Amino acid sequence: MSPSKSEPKPRPAPIPDAETEPYWQAVNEGRLIVQRCTVCGNSQLYPRWRCLRCRGEVEWVDASGGGTVYSFTVIRQNFSRSFRHLIPYVVALVDLDEGPRLMTNLVGVDPDAVEIGMRVRVKFERVSEEASVPLFEPA
Amino acid sequence: MKSCPLLSQIKQWVTSAAVSKANRRAVIVGVATSDYPNLPDMSEQQVHAQAAERALADAGLEFADLDGYATTGFFPMFAVGMCEYFGIRPHYVDETNWGGASFEVLVEHAATAVEEGVCDTVLVTYGSIQLSAMGRKLGTGGGTGAPAGPAAFDQLWGNTLVGSYALAAQRHMYEFGTTSEQLAEVAVTMRAHAVNNPMAQYRDPITVDDVLSSRMIADPLHMLDCCVISDGGGACVVTTEERARDLRKPPVYILGGAHAMTHHMGISQMPEVTVTAAAQSGPLAFRRAGLTPADVDTLQVYDSFTITVVLSLEDLGFCEKGEGGAFVQGGRLRFDGALPTNTDGGGLSACHPGMRGMFLIVEAVRQLRGESVNQAPDPKIAVAHGTGGMLSTGATLVLGTEMP
Repeated sequence: MSPSKSEPKPRPAPIPDAETEPYWQAVNEGRLIVQRCTVCGNSQLYPRWRCLRCRGEVEWVDASGGGTVYSFTVIRQNFSRSFRHLIPYVVALVDLDEGPRLMTNLVGVDPDAVEIGMRVRVKFERVSEEASVPLFEPA
Repeated sequence: MKSCPLLSQIKQWVTSAAVSKANRRAVIVGVATSDYPNLPDMSEQQVHAQAAERALADAGLEFADLDGYATTGFFPMFAVGMCEYFGIRPHYVDETNWGGASFEVLVEHAATAVEEGVCDTVLVTYGSIQLSAMGRKLGTGGGTGAPAGPAAFDQLWGNTLVGSYALAAQRHMYEFGTTSEQLAEVAVTMRAHAVNNPMAQYRDPITVDDVLSSRMIADPLHMLDCCVISDGGGACVVTTEERARDLRKPPVYILGGAHAMTHHMGISQMPEVTVTAAAQSGPLAFRRAGLTPADVDTLQVYDSFTITVVLSLEDLGFCEKGEGGAFVQGGRLRFDGALPTNTDGGGLSACHPGMRGMFLIVEAVRQLRGESVNQAPDPKIAVAHGTGGMLSTGATLVLGTEMP
């Protein structure tokens, strides 16, 4: 295998569209936001046209950045050049305190020490000049 | 106007098309797999064609007898392309894509169409050369497509296909105390069945310790908790009970079918990772059949991963939620056990070309006909249950040797 083909690549960057652009813009500014229903107060991600619970209108609001690990796995095989140099790494589903569930990576923790129910807090990692992604670390 | 043979032919198709709704029952009259698991010298279309030819021969039918066709692939209008390839002009075509569970949906739809009189005889085919086309380095199945729109929310984290099922397994262990030893039991049972299937990809017996000491791919799933990667395909033929009277094999009745989904490709959107679409499709299929899980003599269930089987058993109602781990122990799923399951060796050991659902139907029919390499004692009722995507979709068929 030639060196160019085995060299690590940067993490993928999100490609915003009209509906997700406010979210990724906020993340790029170091803020985590969620969609909240103006009628019933339910929060949701990813963004939708209307509230999934009551079909009410939605607005963007700041999230606290706190969450709880709902489930996780330690990835020990992935041939992607963006990730294989990070093995072993933790992919987790985090329930934000506001309700929505996000897939993310847990960082700053021994993969073997991660537990379901662990309290975590968002941190932001720049992946390109225009984009960051929200990662989580132990609170 | 000058007479046009083609227009005359089309007119004949239209006028001879089934329109009656009079008390028709849909049955499966032909099944077959293609060769598998390694087909380096075949195209995807050839795999479909080989399976189709064998399923039609199994039924005692020909392409000219068909007025319906169904398949699914990864490109839009795939079924149209296959009709063109086969040189058929059916007036019923379906290419519903339900991932690995597609073929249970296609047969459910075909049964409805046949019973409603939309068509008489439907061929359903599947073919894949995943192994030969992409090679073993496909491995864990990485992210697919660009991280744009909703998909971005699950595609930026280096998660893998195995990882999505691992998230479900981890949570199941946390909520219900399910163990790796229990999951391993599923893989051990499927391998024991593959030993007797001369076509199976892996045929050497394995133990629970072998599974537990195999490489960890995505905690808590080991390499031997994961399905194999294969080439292969299959086909079946659905027609009316009346038409079946002239055919070679005894018909298998489609007693009930249903399908459901929980999310698309991002498992962050699955409401609970331990509750699959089977919890909706299973009970509805049983209700339509007028049967319960207790009536089932053999189960052919999607086994992309060991956890897939445990979740499906619970959600279909073979045991309570959370008890799937204990349920699979003690040889219960073996062909001579209480619920003979995946008697061809399953996707875990025999063949998994990407969308395995067709193989479940083929093996369920073979069991009901007494043709399996691991024959259960005189089964009357079989269930085929497919799972697709990232635990995203489910589709259940209840099949029987006769009308209850």
